[in-house]
Amino acid sequence: MEVPYTVKPRPDTGLYNAKIGVWLFLASEVMLFGALFSSYILLRMGASSWYVGSEALNVPIGTFNTMVLIVSSVTVVMAWASLRMDDLKKYKMYMGITILLGLVFLVVKILFEYLPKIDHGHVPSEHNFYAIYFVLTGLHALHVIGGLVLNAYLWGPGTKMWETEPEQFTNRIEIAGLYWHFVDIVWIFLFPTIYLL
Amino acid sequence: MDSTPGIKKEINLYLKVFGALAGLTVLTVAVAYLDVGIGLAVIIAMILATTKGSLVASFFMHLAHEKKLIYLMLVITLVSLLALFFITFGTIGDQVGVEIVPEGVSSGVH
Repeated sequence: MEVPYTVKPRPDTGLYNAKIGVWLFLASEVMLFGALFSSYILLRMGASSWYVGSEALNVPIGTFNTMVLIVSSVTVVMAWASLRMDDLKKYKMYMGITILLGLVFLVVKILFEYLPKIDHGHVPSEHNFYAIYFVLTGLHALHVIGGLVLNAYLWGPGTKMWETEPEQFTNRIEIAGLYWHFVDIVWIFLFPTIYLL
Repeated sequence: MDSTPGIKKEINLYLKVFGALAGLTVLTVAVAYLDVGIGLAVIIAMILATTKGSLVASFFMHLAHEKKLIYLMLVITLVSLLALFFITFGTIGDQVGVEIVPEGVSSGVH
């Protein structure tokens, strides 16, 4: 059975199906992170004492990782633009850089944030601040890992589709990019909320 | 495939958006170290984060030129999110004026 509207837009919506699918998925993700953000605010307002993020966490590392994700958002959109210009080589380069930046984000997070915190006994059971820090950043990191798996597939074996269905492949990169940008937006809100306030 | 000059214009725009995002990130960190009190700090941080998020959504996610159905889905999402926040924060209102009694101390209420 052939899946309809993978390339051509549906006449009634003006969109190809995967785009509606990914936006619906992102809507559910907004609610997931929204629930956790509201929990954070609730816990903080109800606490008799709370850590100041900029004193308890490593702001330069957090700032560095923010820039890493922003640059990776640029490179993933450049990968999509390269395909629209029929340039597979540049697509490979930009998508490769996106994957590398995602890996840098995770390595920095684990080696320079999680492990030192755990070494110093700053674990979720110590205080609600660390509980919400590990849950929110950990869930975000899981999303980064999911994006990395998807991007790595589209950079490697998934590229075969370019030879037979170039437009559908270009749409796939747009969809993967939308997800990756969402992960970036979550971090854009998470960084000041947890690290700076 | 799309026209190359049109895409090159888009790429220039992406680079400008990147410059704005980098500048706003530096500003976000700088403002956090100003002694303005937690209330104002939260407001400034959220304004800057919303501006950055809007730039990513509008240009990198192409929401500036998207179809009506996507906008409709986003409006429904936003309303649902606000309802979630409203319900959650309602519990704070419930506790206003309620005496918090430490464990092991009798409140005198039976």
